[in-house]
Amino acid sequence: MPSTLKTSKPAQNNAPFAIRNYTPEQLRMVLHKMHLIRKFEEGAEDAYLRGLIHGTMHLSIGQEASALGICMPLTDADQITSTHRGHGHCIAKGATVDRMFAEFFGKTSGYCKGRGGSMHIADVSKGNLGANGIVAGGIPIATGAALSAKMQKNGKVVVCFFGDGANNEGAFHESLNMATIWTLPVVFVCENNGYGMSTSSARSTAVTNIADRAAGYAMPGVVVDGNDFSAVAEVSSAAVDRARRGEGPTLIESKTYRHRGHSKSDRNRYRTKEEIEDWKTNRDPISKFENELMQFGVIDQAGIAGVITAVDIEIAAGIAFAQAGIAPATTEVLNYVYTEQH
Amino acid sequence: MDIQPRQLSYSQAIQEAMAIALESDPKVFLMGEDIGVYGGAFQVTGDLIERFGADRVIDMPISELGGAGVAVGAAMTGMKPIFEFQFSDFATLAMEQIVNQAAKMRYMLGGDVSVPLVMRFPAGSGTGAAAQHSQSLEAWLAHVPGLKVLQPATPHDAKGLLLAAVADPDPVMIFEHKLLYKMKGDVPEGYYTVPIGKAHVAREGRDVTIVATSIMVHKALEAAVALQAEGIDVEVIDLRTIRPIDQATVIASVKKTHRMICVYEAVKTLGIGAEISAMIAESDAFDYLDAPIVRLGGIDSPIPYNPDLEKAAVPQVNDIIASARALVKGKR
Repeated sequence: MPSTLKTSKPAQNNAPFAIRNYTPEQLRMVLHKMHLIRKFEEGAEDAYLRGLIHGTMHLSIGQEASALGICMPLTDADQITSTHRGHGHCIAKGATVDRMFAEFFGKTSGYCKGRGGSMHIADVSKGNLGANGIVAGGIPIATGAALSAKMQKNGKVVVCFFGDGANNEGAFHESLNMATIWTLPVVFVCENNGYGMSTSSARSTAVTNIADRAAGYAMPGVVVDGNDFSAVAEVSSAAVDRARRGEGPTLIESKTYRHRGHSKSDRNRYRTKEEIEDWKTNRDPISKFENELMQFGVIDQAGIAGVITAVDIEIAAGIAFAQAGIAPATTEVLNYVYTEQH
Repeated sequence: MDIQPRQLSYSQAIQEAMAIALESDPKVFLMGEDIGVYGGAFQVTGDLIERFGADRVIDMPISELGGAGVAVGAAMTGMKPIFEFQFSDFATLAMEQIVNQAAKMRYMLGGDVSVPLVMRFPAGSGTGAAAQHSQSLEAWLAHVPGLKVLQPATPHDAKGLLLAAVADPDPVMIFEHKLLYKMKGDVPEGYYTVPIGKAHVAREGRDVTIVATSIMVHKALEAAVALQAEGIDVEVIDLRTIRPIDQATVIASVKKTHRMICVYEAVKTLGIGAEISAMIAESDAFDYLDAPIVRLGGIDSPIPYNPDLEKAAVPQVNDIIASARALVKGKR
């Protein structure tokens, strides 16, 4: 997604950051991608329920603004590490849904050639170094990618997505400390959706705001409403700029909510229907963004309908691509364990 | 290239290999705990920081898990880290990144990345450092597809295998026995590699094959000299790589001698000797066996502190001599 600041439209000083800084085309593309993430998740869920996809998956419905806002200031060369709840990050970083669906269907045309599935979805060509099945597994890896960028002086910034559950892992502590002592170009993004599986942040974490832990690593810590695209894009832009200037890491806590359960085994016994309904009805990131775009004249109802139609077509085409794909030969099960040497 | 034998210690040979790698490839860097001005817990990095600077000889905090992950991330994105654990025991703190990430990353991503990472593990007992600083955990890592696991026994191989590891596109784990660091041997100057996955016949013999790893190669060679005086002709195979195992060399040797002893310092139970034994049992070499296979390995105990207990916990030269004698005598 291009992130150049617009110059054509006159400034609207009362307008949110995104309205002031991005072109209408960029904003409509963000809306497109928000719907694309949600409908991708719904499509994957539907395929799972119909038995077309096996294994498990962790859906990010409700967290779309966070993924897109964080990735807005990134170039294709910048890198991210993602989590088990990583479909939205993958799309936000530039992956196409056809190859993502193909991966879920276990086909050779999938991003991981059918070896990874949902929990290892990646698109290295767009700088996504991969989702990760281990909570906090990606945090040291992102830190290492940032060390690599600094040593190679290639100007890349690395964004490290993780959840609230990961902030209690030792890897979080070790990595944030190293990122500061070595002044690395990395942005740590904790998407706090309130629950590590069933255990709420209140029960698991000693601080109210995970961003407060930044003080222990002498880096800026910022709390943002993760369901407000513009607010997320604003704090991400500041953190990415800081990293790119060589001033070191930032910890962003993006407070959000997952509408669905943790994974397919979740019976939602640890939270109330009222709580879930409140987030869906009153704090949905897509509705919020649509209202903002309409308020500032970027799009109207017909325009939104057009976006949704386009997304539906893209999703249907993606699923068709996946279904038409070829399954890997079982004789090739050992491929990619080691690098092929000729 | 000027290649002339000269004597270097095992640790000097490793240091020379790292210096060659640092000199020839700007992507190579070292990281570990106290590897800078301190020179490493066993003085293996020595003064490399003076030649290559603190940006390429990186002292990291005492953060084995995070540090290992940093090395994985750097390796995935264009660098070639050589990571030193202070003691191989501390790898237990980093197993997540080694086992779940480094070993599997290329596979999980369908071949879209490589992880050209080298990790060095000072291992083994004999230093009086007791249970948490004396283990031999190489079989843990050798159990994980995606990793390659080496155990050089000589200065020559320590240098050549490390340079082969740096040239390898996949994660390579090198276990260095601490008692070998001061051992001297012929080490050619300049760049050379020892192939990963190839065993070395350290001594040829007719009567019994001893498959050994790391320091046990030297104990086996010492035992072979004593056994020769008794008329027992021992073949010693230095395995050098335990993943992948050089099956062909071991099988050919057993077909020749008809007897096999596996000797290794790690805990015997569920260890590399079981793998080698099963490999022979599953191969056509099984039909050539004139006696049961013998495994000599560490006992089912943590490594003790008391020096006599410590020696009793792992195979010694006399154990090898007694086993070989009994094995060959059974036939005669």
